[in-house]
Amino acid sequence: MKKLLALTSTIALCAASWSSANEALMGEISNPDQWAIQTGDYKNQRFSQLEQINKDNVGDLQVAWTFSTGVLRGHEGSPLVIGDTMYLHTPFPNIVYALDLANDGKIKWKYEPKQDPDVIPVMCCDTVNRGVAYADGKIFLHQADTTVVALNADTGAVEWSVVNGDPSKGETNTATVLPVNDKVIVGISGGEFGVRGSVTAYNMADGSLAWRAYSMGPDSDILVDPETTTHLGKPVGADSGTNTWEGDQWMIGGGTTWGWYSYDAEENLVYYGTGNPSTWNPAQRPGDNRWSMTIMARDADTGMAKWFYQMTPHDEWDYDGINEMILTEQEIDGEMRKLLTHFDRNGLGYTMDRVTGELLVAEPFDPVVNWTTGVDMDPESETYGRPAVVAQYSTEQNGEDVNSTGICPAALGSKDQQPAAYSPETQLFYVPTNHVCMDYEPFRVSYTAGQPYVGATLSMYPAPDSHGGMGNFIAWDNIAGEIKWSLPEQFSVWSGALATAGDIVFYGTLEGYLKAVNAETGEELYKFKTPSGIIGNVMTYSHGGKQYVGILSGVGGWAGIGLAAGLTNPNDGLGAVGGYAALSDYTALGGQLTVFALPN
Amino acid sequence: MKPIASLLGASLLAATASVALAQDDTPDNIAVAYEEDGRYFTEDDVPTYNVAEDGTIDWPSYSGFRRYHSECHVCHGPEGEGSTYAPALKVSAIDMDYYDFYDVVVNGRQKIDASHQSVMPAFGDNPNVMCYLNDIYVYLKARGTDAIPRGRPGKKEKKSDVIREDENACLG
Repeated sequence: MKKLLALTSTIALCAASWSSANEALMGEISNPDQWAIQTGDYKNQRFSQLEQINKDNVGDLQVAWTFSTGVLRGHEGSPLVIGDTMYLHTPFPNIVYALDLANDGKIKWKYEPKQDPDVIPVMCCDTVNRGVAYADGKIFLHQADTTVVALNADTGAVEWSVVNGDPSKGETNTATVLPVNDKVIVGISGGEFGVRGSVTAYNMADGSLAWRAYSMGPDSDILVDPETTTHLGKPVGADSGTNTWEGDQWMIGGGTTWGWYSYDAEENLVYYGTGNPSTWNPAQRPGDNRWSMTIMARDADTGMAKWFYQMTPHDEWDYDGINEMILTEQEIDGEMRKLLTHFDRNGLGYTMDRVTGELLVAEPFDPVVNWTTGVDMDPESETYGRPAVVAQYSTEQNGEDVNSTGICPAALGSKDQQPAAYSPETQLFYVPTNHVCMDYEPFRVSYTAGQPYVGATLSMYPAPDSHGGMGNFIAWDNIAGEIKWSLPEQFSVWSGALATAGDIVFYGTLEGYLKAVNAETGEELYKFKTPSGIIGNVMTYSHGGKQYVGILSGVGGWAGIGLAAGLTNPNDGLGAVGGYAALSDYTALGGQLTVFALPN
Repeated sequence: MKPIASLLGASLLAATASVALAQDDTPDNIAVAYEEDGRYFTEDDVPTYNVAEDGTIDWPSYSGFRRYHSECHVCHGPEGEGSTYAPALKVSAIDMDYYDFYDVVVNGRQKIDASHQSVMPAFGDNPNVMCYLNDIYVYLKARGTDAIPRGRPGKKEKKSDVIREDENACLG
């Protein structure tokens, strides 16, 4: 808020208008009766102070009401609740419903954009959307076709819209947006189409462009100061977004930004991660490929980068770095620190100082992770912060047209975008994970705008010599870098978790169960099978003095594509092929919100 | 599956032999009529797969396995099995005429109504697909008849010089 004070003295009117948007939104977010932002709060903790539903009574939970979205595709994200209104989105065609909670869920308004169906097949891995955002009396929807639209929250009328990308080049969107100060910050998808990733801020009032920061390219494109932007404490230097690429490959370099965004209001920093470099064939892009696979901290008002940390230099496995950054304040060695915790696709759980970008912890959050022996934690070392790659699992070292086998985790990562939750009461993170390994064979591909640009074939299978399932739901200690407990699941856990002050944690499963477990022990306290597989995120709110828990069902996404037919393990021999569970034996397409409450 | 299954029932032949027999006896879209530079064709000059008695598969089917899992798999699921998002191509490759199959890949098609939002994109200008379309097609036919099981194919024929030259010319 220092900036605000400085500004008010010079341009008072302007400053007052954006401060009110921000302060008002922070007020909405901090009201536990509401669910005012997809991530629970700016810190992405997904923790609710509500405790009417708690570990002693959650076993009595019942379905209170349901709502069919009318769309049969993968349903990610969750509804928002602001006051008496619930705002519910769908996958493509990205319908938004405003439901009147004071009137039995009557539809107040419905918005259905007209989008060219040609966007559907350029959305790698289903037409999911991770939900709307709210600020300043507006609902923000970032459509599949990259149109960002601001709707009047009371009427659904379009207040402005702006086009962020070009689907004919493979640029699409699946993510929510982050409202911060007087801006909405949006990302882009298309890493499998050779899109060069970027993050863009639009002015909340009228949709005009405020800034855009690319993931790679010249310094003026990636918004760095070569002297003051740091990587692990050292200045990044000039041309850091081009000098680890060969030729012009950075122009189709990937590093897309389709994950979650968090925000530290005190530091005025936005945190997010960038995706894989294109193509999946590492031989076609020598170098570290900066700044793909990178945690980024940027100033919310200008986009200027404060620090970067590239987790997986020169990716060889499609370990996108886009998963959420969860912000916490915790004590380390007797000192309170402002931390950032991130569960990467590469299987490592990172704990960092979010002010300085210092790396504190990097440990595997699935015991089967084998592509690296660990990250160099010695600040004096030349390879400080780099993961040591195991040659056997290096698709780069094994080369083009060679099938590298037994790599853990698989390309979908030990965890994908499905967000974890954090309870300040237990100081544990609750993490939905994948327990899947792969064989990976890269080969040469050529680039055509708007066409897939992949360049590897891979087969995936449940982690060998484990419990046979494809997922775990774990509790993680981010200071010790240790798993506290782990619940085996038959399928990858592809649902965002919710922790509450009632000492419970909720998550959904691909078979369609909503589950509640004890936050301390992991003991299962409740489960209910919803109509379709769950890849949405659990949310909670309170209305009329009663606490509700809501979850979207609707199987799909990468989980629905990769797991529908079941996985096979080529290493098990022909007799075992098809012996693993097929998701299609458990669930079918759907699209429904289920809302739970305790009996009256 | 039908021709193989009925033959199996009648004669209880070993699996490898039944594949060969099916190819010999059925005047359909599968049976190999002739081979040319490591590629196999039906009597109607439609590309098809070949599985030798010892299980060795033709190079194009192996290449199709790789290219399918690069270009098609992210929508149509592993090994042509289909997904929540897109149909099982191992079925389409059997059910559809070769030229119709080719046409859909080149030009795309849409099925948009109240309960469908299926859009197949046009791959006509994508060399990563078009240079390997016959490979992908024969791989999927082999999956559709179960001549090649799920998972990574085992033994394969060597890539012929002609195939290598054609590939380089096509990719440019």
